[in-house]
Amino acid sequence: MADRMLVEAVRMALARVMSEDETVILLGEDIGRNGGVFRATNGLLERFGEQRVRDTPIAEAAIAGLAVGLAAQGMRPVAEIQFSGFIYPCIDQLTNHASRLRTRTRGRLTCPLVIRSPSGGGIHAPEHHSESMEALLTNVPGLRVVFPSSPKRAYGLLLSAIRGPDPVVFFEPTRLYRSAKEDVDDSGEGLPLNCCFTLREGTDVTLVTWGATVIEALAAGDHAADEGVSVELIDVAILKPLDFETIRASVSKTGRAVIVHEAPISGGFGAEIAARIADEALLSLLAPVKRVAGYDVVMPLPRLEQFYLPDEPRIMAAIRDVMSYT
Amino acid sequence: MISQGASTPLRFIAPDGQAERELPVFADRAALISFYRAMLLTRIFDEKAVALQRTGRLGTFASSLGQEAVSVGLASAMRKEDVLLPSFREQGAMLWRGVSPVELFLYWGGDERGSDFAGPRGDFPICIPVASHAPHAAGVALAMKLRGEKRAAVAVMGDGATSKGDFYEAINISGVWRLPAVFVISNNQWAISVPVGRQTAAATLAVKAMAAGIRSARVDGNDVIAVHNAVGEAIDRAISDQGPTLVECVTYRLGDHTTVDDSSRYRSDQEVSENWPSEPVARLRQYLTAHEGWTKSDEENLIAECHNLVGEAADRYAAIDPLEPKDMFEMTFASLPRDLEEQRNQLS
Ligand SMILES: Cc1ncc(C[n+]2csc(CCOP(=O)(O)OP(=O)(O)O)c2C)c(N)n1
Ligand SMILES: [Mg+2]
Repeated sequence: MADRMLVEAVRMALARVMSEDETVILLGEDIGRNGGVFRATNGLLERFGEQRVRDTPIAEAAIAGLAVGLAAQGMRPVAEIQFSGFIYPCIDQLTNHASRLRTRTRGRLTCPLVIRSPSGGGIHAPEHHSESMEALLTNVPGLRVVFPSSPKRAYGLLLSAIRGPDPVVFFEPTRLYRSAKEDVDDSGEGLPLNCCFTLREGTDVTLVTWGATVIEALAAGDHAADEGVSVELIDVAILKPLDFETIRASVSKTGRAVIVHEAPISGGFGAEIAARIADEALLSLLAPVKRVAGYDVVMPLPRLEQFYLPDEPRIMAAIRDVMSYT
Repeated sequence: MISQGASTPLRFIAPDGQAERELPVFADRAALISFYRAMLLTRIFDEKAVALQRTGRLGTFASSLGQEAVSVGLASAMRKEDVLLPSFREQGAMLWRGVSPVELFLYWGGDERGSDFAGPRGDFPICIPVASHAPHAAGVALAMKLRGEKRAAVAVMGDGATSKGDFYEAINISGVWRLPAVFVISNNQWAISVPVGRQTAAATLAVKAMAAGIRSARVDGNDVIAVHNAVGEAIDRAISDQGPTLVECVTYRLGDHTTVDDSSRYRSDQEVSENWPSEPVARLRQYLTAHEGWTKSDEENLIAECHNLVGEAADRYAAIDPLEPKDMFEMTFASLPRDLEEQRNQLS
């Protein structure tokens, strides 16, 4: 079996559900003939036809609203927002409608839609193409928020997101689209949308992250091991609803937690995890909880983005910090 | 490439360089040569920017190849005191307004200082989220109107931008409040891979003005005189309290969408070749040669001058000291809050 890039794994999952379920249709800008600007939908127009792979006009609010209408009709729309920086016009639809149609109608109408969008920095993209705004969406009750970091997890989680009964915002780490490679078996098996992935077991520090920074965290785990520190690495992957149990169990074991994310630190999803640790695992803690995150600044243009993004040295500094706390 | 049912867009000079009607009074020799120079400069700037991107010295870049007349035509019709709100493909207009090529290189090279224009201090920076600057133009125009100034806001965006709510909302508000705003659509027939015929069922983009109750014009966007004329009229109306105008300029994107696009995936070489004979630079050159005594040596001198200017700008761009990492904090607020100062200090 050949190694697959993360973007190919996304495409495999899309093709898989589309061939299983006629109600799955794709919407988005340039997803048809062009195959998506990252080629996530490459070949799907040719395979499934233009009724099901639909290039939309440039209209993000309408894309999300259309998906709500389709979903309420029993279709399974999967919309691509070309870059997460263009998701903002969707937020009205996601917040006021997609996330609450079930509640408002006591389950009469539901909204099984998926909005996929590349997210995060590190590809030297133009302005508005590098932001991470998962925290805007994790604050919306009724939305599931998923952020895989490997081809296998992208494949399995996307299958479940599309097959599931609820609206899902599915962020794809842009800088891992081509760099993350893994054997992916097109088994059609979804991964559950309710548990974190423990990527490395350890006893000294729990490192919690999601999306592209999983790669830096893996490197920090190796580096820490060289320094005699045993890191347990948790890829949260499903931010909402959060499987806090896995994190709590790990922190109870290690007594130390470092949380890493690209989004700005204040009000980031790391703050939620830190609060939950304070709430549910305070007495296990041997050191304060540390966050390594983006700064509270406008995402810099490419020249400075490397200094904004949490990197392995910053994660290591936090690990050393919590290890040396007495 | 004109949508079905559309009338021929207004033009003065045909693709072969022949005048089709009497030129407007502004179109004297000096003006036409200044337009020609600006279009050629834009083309040479674009070439250089693409070359810098290819060699890793610039980020993703959106060339305006084939659309120079829209950009130069609209900017040359503006007065200094008007405000330009550009999209990401309007280097021609920005250069005309006095943004320096070094600033443009800086911006596309990923450095915020490129948007701190030394020249047109009141102009807006490049807008990447499609059509999101259309309402800004309405806001700028409202400020001008409230202060009783005779100034206009000129926003320019693509055909794809006319599908966004922001665009409709902006033209509607501008109409109902009779704002001194001009919305220029550079209809280059494509929005990345989506042709205008799959963007809208409207026969033209100009007809979209009808629903907002505002005036519209539709011109050949490869005729700089037609663009200048239409935008000039629109500005005159705007500043005399006759309300906003939507100006559709029909042109063609001869290059890829950006340096990361491959347009051969979605359009034929044949379509592109068919559009080359209408491109704006050769059109004006043919006119100048036939009617204004433009010579081969004039042409060569101008090309050399533009190459020099752009080459020098590229050298200066390369020599600029990089930003300090700490600079990312400086402009977040008017003054640095203590909280942010602490974050800045962490960044060693
Ligand atoms: C709101 C928004 N959605 C998507 C994009 C990505 N994108 C960049 S340019 C572009 C096409 C724009 O087409 P058009 O308005 O015709 O302008 P052109 O590129 O042809 O100059 C798209 C979809 C964006 N920048 N902003
Ligand atoms: Mg266009």
